[in-house]
Amino acid sequence: MTGYFIRRLLQSVIVTILVSIVVFLLLHSLPGGLVRAQLGPRATALAVHNLTVQEGLTKPLPVQYLIWAWHVVQGNLGYSYKMNQSVSSLLREYVPRTLLLVGSAMLLALAVAVPMGLWQGRRRNHVDDHVLTGTMMALYSMPSFFLGVILIVLLNIQVHAFPSSATTYGQVSAGQDVAELVLPVLTLCLGNITYFSRYMRSATIDNLLEDYVRTARAKGVSQRRVIYRHVLRNSIASTVTMVGLTFPYIISGSLVIEALFNYPGVGLLFWNAAQDRDYPILLGVILVVTVATILGNFFADLAYAVIDPRVRYA
Amino acid sequence: MSDSSTPSPVEVSAPADEGDVLLVAPVHSGSPTEDAFSDFRVTDAGEILQTTPPWRAALAIFFENKPAVVSVAVLVLITLFSFVGPLVYHTNQIASSLLYQSRPPGGQFPLGATPNGRDELGRLMVGGQSTLEVGFAVAIFATGFGVVYGLVSGYFGGIVDAVLMRILDALLSIPFLFFVVLLASLVVPSLLLLIVVISAVSWLSTARLVRGEALSLRTRDYVKAAEGFGAKRAWIQFRHIAPNLLGVVIVNGTLKVADAILIFASIGYLGLSVPPPATSWGVLLSAGISNLFDGYWWQLWPAGALIVITVLAAAILGDGLRDVVERRLQKR
Repeated sequence: MTGYFIRRLLQSVIVTILVSIVVFLLLHSLPGGLVRAQLGPRATALAVHNLTVQEGLTKPLPVQYLIWAWHVVQGNLGYSYKMNQSVSSLLREYVPRTLLLVGSAMLLALAVAVPMGLWQGRRRNHVDDHVLTGTMMALYSMPSFFLGVILIVLLNIQVHAFPSSATTYGQVSAGQDVAELVLPVLTLCLGNITYFSRYMRSATIDNLLEDYVRTARAKGVSQRRVIYRHVLRNSIASTVTMVGLTFPYIISGSLVIEALFNYPGVGLLFWNAAQDRDYPILLGVILVVTVATILGNFFADLAYAVIDPRVRYA
Repeated sequence: MSDSSTPSPVEVSAPADEGDVLLVAPVHSGSPTEDAFSDFRVTDAGEILQTTPPWRAALAIFFENKPAVVSVAVLVLITLFSFVGPLVYHTNQIASSLLYQSRPPGGQFPLGATPNGRDELGRLMVGGQSTLEVGFAVAIFATGFGVVYGLVSGYFGGIVDAVLMRILDALLSIPFLFFVVLLASLVVPSLLLLIVVISAVSWLSTARLVRGEALSLRTRDYVKAAEGFGAKRAWIQFRHIAPNLLGVVIVNGTLKVADAILIFASIGYLGLSVPPPATSWGVLLSAGISNLFDGYWWQLWPAGALIVITVLAAAILGDGLRDVVERRLQKR
């Protein structure tokens, strides 16, 4: 177990370093460049030269990368010249909101998708399975922002139930905040349910055909116990791994949702930074989000190894 | 995989050497009757074996799946709407007009006008062109690159495979939309650039799928047989394994069309799509969302419906094709 743990950890570290190199090179090889983005197109040649030297951009790229990486290790992600704030303090402000949005949407989606997928797997090819599969497919075919719009039209314009944007976030009472969370969470959650329930359904189908189910039935275990004790457990294990793997998609989805509902999370921060060409924020957000994803995958793998001992020795 | 609604051909276990025999004609009271599978022959053992070429058998399975057949028709119709439509229905898609801003449907504008005073119906056709182009181009690029990468990885194995797969891991853990936003905001996006960018994220899962399939195909008897005859590894990989991936790859490619259209729509919503006078359904939908609280339904629902219908059709088609592939594999 320890060996497996160390191997996976090493792998995650390597992946993280690879990603940071890709991101760094990408940002430094694009036209315009850091200095022009900061000073604007009308800056004098002298000003451009001075800032280039000051930012250390005359050094070779590998050296620049190492300097940047050393700063990151120390917790210094740079300084946003547009927001006039350090990137790490911005992240401390914005990341928890996205975690709240994504976390509650994922938990809610799992709470719906697991029983639904189990039900569909047991009732495979029955009418109710077909209806649910069809509904999920229709939901899957909607761009997330269009789904959000439909929910806005239904729950905000038709029935004045929930606010459609979070412009007042953090300024009014806690109750107001919760109301503002409803539509973004619901939108993100519905999108996730389509993925999760599909995994859960096929995991259930696969597990129902396994030998251990037949063995359990042969020795007279009740149907209830077979389903909840054996099939459910094993299906959840593989579903959780898949959820870990879909994490990048979910985070990406939150970018669009945050833009639609004006929800002030890292997605909106990133989007605004992209409009402003605020490189330090772009670099910082991508790094943090990627590390979060790798950690998510890592823990999903680890959880799976704990549940299923076969993985450890593979 | 049983299908109760349509009479599926009766399966007779084929001798191991009958490589291409896929389906067996239905046998009614001892003598075969005329139907879709009229080509058959009788083996020495007395079994009636159907020798229809594989593609015809596959086609027959596909046509059993009514939703998949309908979605092909829908995709053809939408393609005609986008590419042939403007030839029949002439509108000015270049100039914007303040006079006609967001005109409701009627008279000159059968489906109203956009916020820039262009004809919405004509706009949907133009938007459909870029959307479909992106969908299909991405599917082709991503599939091509993913197949080569996966086959190379599976071919060399060992350390090369490990390195290639770790690179894939790294790329897969990057939330792709953040990268797209980054790229599209730093350079003025052209259709080709967007295709390249979306392909750059789409090929990853194809590569992984192909490598996995290639590895599992390696353990098949016919590969072992080829090895036994002394075939080179490259020959086996590209001559025996690659053709057998075709089914899985086609299914994957079809689903990639759906995914690419969804990503393209999201990019359009984020305001990073092709610059006017070109447009996309995502951009049109985005304009409709800006006017959401004004009740301009014609700017919202048609564009949204077109995206959903196209993606749904591609997804159902992919499912139907998967059905064909899986049932073919079962016969192997």
